[in-house]
Parts: sequence; structure tokens; C-alpha cells
Amino acid sequence: MNSKDRILSDLRAQRLPVAELPSLVQAWTRYEDPSAQFTSLVESVGGRVARLASRGDLPAALAEVPAFVAAQQIVSGVAEIVGNVDLARVDDPHALEMVDFAVFPGEFAVAENGAVWVTDERVSHRAIYFITQHLALVVPVDQMVHNLHEAYARIALGTSSLGVFISGPSKTADIEQSLVIGAHGPRSLTVFLVG
Amino acid sequence: MNHAPLAAEFVKDRPRAQWHDATLWFVRAKRDKAAQSLPEWETLRDCAAQIKAHTQYRLADYLEQFEREATKRGAVVHWARDAAEHNKIVLGLLRNRGVTKLVKSKSMLTEECHLNPYLERNGIEVVDTDLGERIVQLAGEPPSHIVLPAIHKKKEDVGAIFHKFLGTDEGATDPNYLAEAARAHLRAKFVAADAGLTGVNFAIAETGGLVVCTNEGNADLGVSLPKLHIASMGIEKLIPRAADLGVFIRLLARSATGQPITAYTSHFHGPRPGGELHIVLVDNGRTSIRANEDFRRSLNCIRCGACMNTCPVYRRSGGHSYETSVPGPIGSILAPAGDPAKFYSLPQACSLCGSCTDVCPVKIDLHHQLLTWRGELGRKGLISWHKRLGMKLGSFMFRHPAVYRTVGTVARKLTPWLPRSLVYNRFNTWGRQRELPEFPAESFRQQFKRRSREQQR
Amino acid sequence: MPTVGLFIPCYVDQLYPRVGMATVELLEERGYRVEFPTGQTCCGQPMANTGCTAEARPLAERFLELFGKYEYVVAPSGSCVAMVRCHYDEYLAGRPGFEELKAKTFELTEFLVDVAKVDRFSRRFPHRVGLHQSCHGLRELRLGSSSERMVAHYSKAEKLLRMLDGVQLVPLARADECCGFGGTFAVAEEAVSCMMGDDRIHDHESAGAEVITAGDMSCLMHLEGLIRRQHKPLRVMHLAEILAGDKL
Repeated sequence: MNSKDRILSDLRAQRLPVAELPSLVQAWTRYEDPSAQFTSLVESVGGRVARLASRGDLPAALAEVPAFVAAQQIVSGVAEIVGNVDLARVDDPHALEMVDFAVFPGEFAVAENGAVWVTDERVSHRAIYFITQHLALVVPVDQMVHNLHEAYARIALGTSSLGVFISGPSKTADIEQSLVIGAHGPRSLTVFLVG
Repeated sequence: MNHAPLAAEFVKDRPRAQWHDATLWFVRAKRDKAAQSLPEWETLRDCAAQIKAHTQYRLADYLEQFEREATKRGAVVHWARDAAEHNKIVLGLLRNRGVTKLVKSKSMLTEECHLNPYLERNGIEVVDTDLGERIVQLAGEPPSHIVLPAIHKKKEDVGAIFHKFLGTDEGATDPNYLAEAARAHLRAKFVAADAGLTGVNFAIAETGGLVVCTNEGNADLGVSLPKLHIASMGIEKLIPRAADLGVFIRLLARSATGQPITAYTSHFHGPRPGGELHIVLVDNGRTSIRANEDFRRSLNCIRCGACMNTCPVYRRSGGHSYETSVPGPIGSILAPAGDPAKFYSLPQACSLCGSCTDVCPVKIDLHHQLLTWRGELGRKGLISWHKRLGMKLGSFMFRHPAVYRTVGTVARKLTPWLPRSLVYNRFNTWGRQRELPEFPAESFRQQFKRRSREQQR
Repeated sequence: MPTVGLFIPCYVDQLYPRVGMATVELLEERGYRVEFPTGQTCCGQPMANTGCTAEARPLAERFLELFGKYEYVVAPSGSCVAMVRCHYDEYLAGRPGFEELKAKTFELTEFLVDVAKVDRFSRRFPHRVGLHQSCHGLRELRLGSSSERMVAHYSKAEKLLRMLDGVQLVPLARADECCGFGGTFAVAEEAVSCMMGDDRIHDHESAGAEVITAGDMSCLMHLEGLIRRQHKPLRVMHLAEILAGDKL
């Protein structure tokens, strides 16, 4: 018998009491002003939120982000911003090591925890979300859910190899519980809420 | 091995033990605040416990469903009955692809399997990329906490380790400076690696996907640069539905560090284009724990570490005093299941205060299981002879009220007359730092009897 | 007049008779007849908690025999009551009278609040009091809300103490951390046990307490042992003593 069959047959030989799944339809927390909740959560984890009237305001808004202004290599996944590194033409993600700034669309935002959902569905190298020195995500303000239960209800998991909730910049508190922003991944995260 | 002397050694440096206690209490306090922010906290705990109980009940079915779905999405699923088989599978995958450099993100399972030394013996360079894990790896120590691996290290210790291995300035202790040095050091390792290995926080049967939570983004970097991603997981990491993640992700980071969510909560389904994803499902004793009605619930653990942060013993004795890959209350249940003779002292390293049970996001009755373990160890003959003898004598005395009364009277009358040096002798462990109670002339029952007689008169 | 079977823990019987007498006074003044079954000794918790379940079993059996006949069983100890209510199942499940015994066995403050419905004391205790929440009363019997659980705050001991004139409850930095007694733990893990005790004492001291009170004398015995060795001005008193009108 191979290990799989052995494990499964051992498990099946045990008789456990019947236990049903709970209903996840509950009165989960909703917020009066979800975007205000989202903003305060992102700020509490070291990120920044900027509110834009339309996507057309993106270039002007980014022009005020120091990391963007100083960036040498820029990758953009949004039409309004022109980058100088084309992801689709990069064969090996290792080449992205020198990217200073990346800006991408986020599918939706979660008020409860300040997270933005992104996937690698239209992104040829998922490493870009993590290897860039600075990251900006652009999310329509009407794409905001209150809590994670609503979030999972709208995600179709399995359609892309990676889907990730990003909440704030990369961080660590592994040295004496002192918070340090910029552990391995982006040193800053800016979320543009549009609309 | 025995917890008490190692704990005593840790407590001997009182200021350091106090610092350790306060640091972890700070994390517990952050957890309280985060939990308070959700009025449905207790409902979430109930749901989590029910989902886990259900998953255990149908574990074989869900494992098969998971394998089917994961395979459909291009992953390769491997099954390992024990640590040795797991390690062999991982080494095989690396060897077949000529991998010599592996980056790892946090995985308590690989700690449990002692994967690192095994791979190193076989010529693989293994780099733990979580900053805390890298610190202890460089120091040549195991992690002392499952979420905060280097929580026992002060910044001066980290500074000294980094000075030696990363060439940081001598005496430098600024966490920002040290973390920046680690960033540069580990970026080079990420770029050079031929494969990335991650642990797994949750595996979804319905979709065949894996969820990995980190704050640093190290798991994501490690599996997005090289082509090979290996994910090692215990078979208990399964959950039935994607929707169940709503419950667990809400509980996990809040319980662990008091954050509303980790910076990165990554859902992997199949390999990335041109890459490979191998998932190793490991039993290593879990099936036999599941067979036991009392200890089964310990497999519901989601490794948030909250029971460690709240445990008054763990906070004051340090993770290394447990000498096991998972320390603290949950580790004290899991470790003796693997080797009761070796870890017999862990269920006793507990004042049975029950704080762990109340803090646990999946409602594991930790302190009751620790108590059950004590009975189990007693039946296995793994209780020290003097404890057993004391309890036998005690039980005899308490079954014979006359003996009990006489012993009590003699002790109460005699002790006050004995010279202090005799009472506080070297076998009187109580009296090392504590006074004995003042012995009253009369017991309660004598007073009560006298009072009843007087009232009748 | 309802009769209460008085359950006095062995170490209270031998070492803290006043706590027992204060319990008797509190019950009698509320109109209960108090009987003390003299065959009682110990509930068996030390044996059970050490893993010597075979040694604990006969004591559990004795307990049921001795106390089964009473309308109520009351003890000035959350820990010993928790042994009966939460841990006797292993020894007595299915025995006639056992379920009834569990339902009628109460810790003192719980009995005063829930059964005797005490809502006032005409007594004074004009002192700054540190309330130590003994773990088994708190987390096994739920005599109060533990800080880990997100439920509305309550505490039966606090409710009773606030009925006394002049009581000032001091706010602690850690509301319900264990004192480190833990039965044989106090000796088996002496170093950690004493550090836990020191830390609790320090918390009460910093909060300005004159006296530490608790529902379990075992916690207080451990804390008092440390306090006396270190010659601190702090005192300890069982809740029953304070409620019965004893002076500091």
C-alpha cells in the first residue's frame, strides 16, 4: 500500500462523531462609512490612501508621491500611467530586481482590514507585486466590501495562480517587536481610491 | 528532559525574564484590542471550531477532493506518512532539478521534520527568509515561538549576530538598520535561489488551493522568482470551502499579533505559467492523534501562537525550555503524543489557569487536554516516584478522616515549635522563596464543633 | 429552612479556619442552616491534577456519598467546586445523584449572588482592595468574564464587594493573570511559580492596594508566602472574611 492509501485507510478506519458545517450567513460587521474605515486601517498599517475623482487624476497624484518621482524603473499596469519597463517583454522575473515603482489595478478593497485584492490574471510576472521597491494600487471606490465574508463571496478562487490580499507595505517586527516597514517587499504602499 | 530546570535557568536572569514576559504580554494586549474591534468575535470562534470539527470528521474525503482539485490546476500532490518520507520527497524534487539553493518561508512542519539539517547534510543550501527565522538560523538555534521565532533575542543579540554574519557595524542595534541589512542580504539569496519552499496556513478542498500568510512578503518572493514551488503541509491544514477562509483569516492575524490581517494573504492555485507547484501532505503522527477522542481537537490548531503569548508560564520560561518545535500550551499537548517519555514534563509545565483555552481562536480546550495528558502519563507510569508516592499517601490519608485529623493536628501543633532551619530545610521547595502559612491552634472543624456545642447550651 | 452542606477544602480546614467560619456566618445570616459533614477531607484535586487519577477516584466517590443528600453544597473555593462540577465526570459519570450533585454545588460568591440573591450588606470595609480573580472560579465556573473572551464584563465577587461601604477596588494592569499557585505546580515549577506570584503582587502594589482578596485561599496562601518573606506591607484576606465583616 502506498502512503496515500495508507493515510486514507487509517483515517477511514476511525469513527468520528458527525459534525456539521456552520452557516456563514451571520450578522457580520458592516461599516457606516466603509471607505473611511478602509483608509484608517491602511494608515494604521503604514500605508497611504489618496482619494481621486477619476482615473484621469492619477498622473497628477503620482507626481506628488516622492518615491514615484525618484523612480528610475517603473512598471505600470494601468492605462493612465506609462512605465518604462514592459512586463510582457521581460522573460525572467529576476530582471525585475531593479524596479523602483509599480502601479497596478486592485479588484476591490476590504473596509474591515484595509486589504486590496489583486491577482496575476493579467500580470505576466506575479513577482512584481513583491519585488518592486514601492507599490501603488488603484481601486474604484465603489468596489469596496465591508468584511472578508463579502470578499470571499465575490472572489472566484482558482482562476489565476495567485490572488493576494495586500494590506499595507511589507513589514516585520521580528527584532524586539519594533515595527520596521519594508522587510523584503515594497517599502511603501499607496492606495488610490477612485470615484 | 525536564521543563522545570530549564525554566528555572531562564527565570534566574529576572530582568530578562521580565522583559520577555512584558514583550509577549504586549502582543497579547494587541490581540485583545483587535478582538474587541469585532463584535462577532465569539461567533467567529464558534464557527471556526465547528468548521474544524467537521473537517476532521470528513478528513479523508476532503484530502481526496483537495488532491483532485489541486491536480486539475496543475499542481503535483505527494503524500508522506512521516518526517523521513517528507524529507526524502523534498530532497528528491530538488535533486531531480539540480537545485542547490533553496529559500524557505516559515513552516513549522519543516521544523517538526528537521528538514533543514537533512537538506544541508545532502548538499543543499537552505536559507530561512523570515527575518526572525533567519536570525535564529544564523544563531544556530531553533525558533522559540511559532509566530515570533526570535522573540527571545534582544536587539543587542541580533546586532551581534548580524555583525558576525552580515558585517553590520559592531554594536549597532537599531532595528531599522538591522532589518535593512537583512533585506539586502536576503534579496541576494532570493535572487540566487533555484527553488522556494513555503508552509501552508490553509488548504482549500473545494478549490485545491493554498493560503500562505506573511507580513514580510518573503513567501511570495520566494515562490515567484524561481520556477519550483514546494509547499509542505500537515494533513490537518485543510478547510472545506473557500468561504471558510472568511472565518479563519479574520481570526488568524488578530489572534497572532493583533493585526487585522497580515500584509500578504496569498492564495496559490496551481503553478505560475512555466513553473511547478508540488504539495507534500504529511501525516507524521496526526492520524494517531485524531484517533484519540481527547486529543483530537489539538489538530484544529491554526498556529496563531496566541496560547503562547497568553501563557504565564511560557512568557516567563521562554520557548526553548519546552525543547520542541511547537512550544507553549499547544506544543505541550502535541509533543507528548509523539514521544510521551521524552516530553512527560510538558503537561506539568502549566498552572491550569485556562487562559489559553479562552484565547484560542478555534476553541481548543487546551488546559483540559493538558490535564488529561497528566492522567495519561500517570497510567503510562511516567510520573516521578516521589509525586506518585506523595499522592498515594495523600489519598490514603484523605480516605481515612481520623488519620487526616491526626496528621493535621500534629502538623499544626508541632511545626510552630520546630527550629526555623529544620522547617525551611533544603527539601522544602515551597519555603525557598515563600513563608509557610501560620499554623492555627484549631482546625475549622474543631472551631465549628465548639461553636455548635456552645449554641446548644 | 434550606440546609447547606458545607464543603470546606482540606487546607482551609487545617490552615484557615477563619475562612470557614466566615462562610458559615454569611450563610446563616441569609437564613440557611449549615451542616458540616465531618467525614469530608479533600475533593481529590491534588491527585487528579498530578495525573494520579486512581488515587483521586475514591475521594470523588466519598464526596458524592457525603454530600449527595443536601439541598445545596457550598464551598469558599472556586477551584474545589470546579473539581466537582467540571472534573468529576471522569470518575462519577452515570452514578445516581451525580448530575444533581453538580447542579447544586456552588462556590460561595456564586451562591450568595445567584441563589441567596444577596443585594446588600450593611457593613463597611473602607480600604483599597485588589481583587485577584482566581483562575478556576473565573474560567471553569465563569464567576466573572475573563479578559480573553469578548463578552460583557461581569464579576460576582466584584458585585458583592461593591455592596460594602467604603470599598475601593483598585484597577490592575493585568485583570486576571494567574498567581502561579497551581497546586503541585507551585513546587514542581517553583521558579516560574514564584515569579508569577511576585508579578501579581507587584501589580496590586502599583495599583495602591492595601489588601489582596480572592475567592480561593490557595492563591492567597502562595501570595502571602511571598509577601511575608519579602516583608511587604500588603495583606491578604479571603472574600468571605471581608464580606463577613472582618477588619483589615
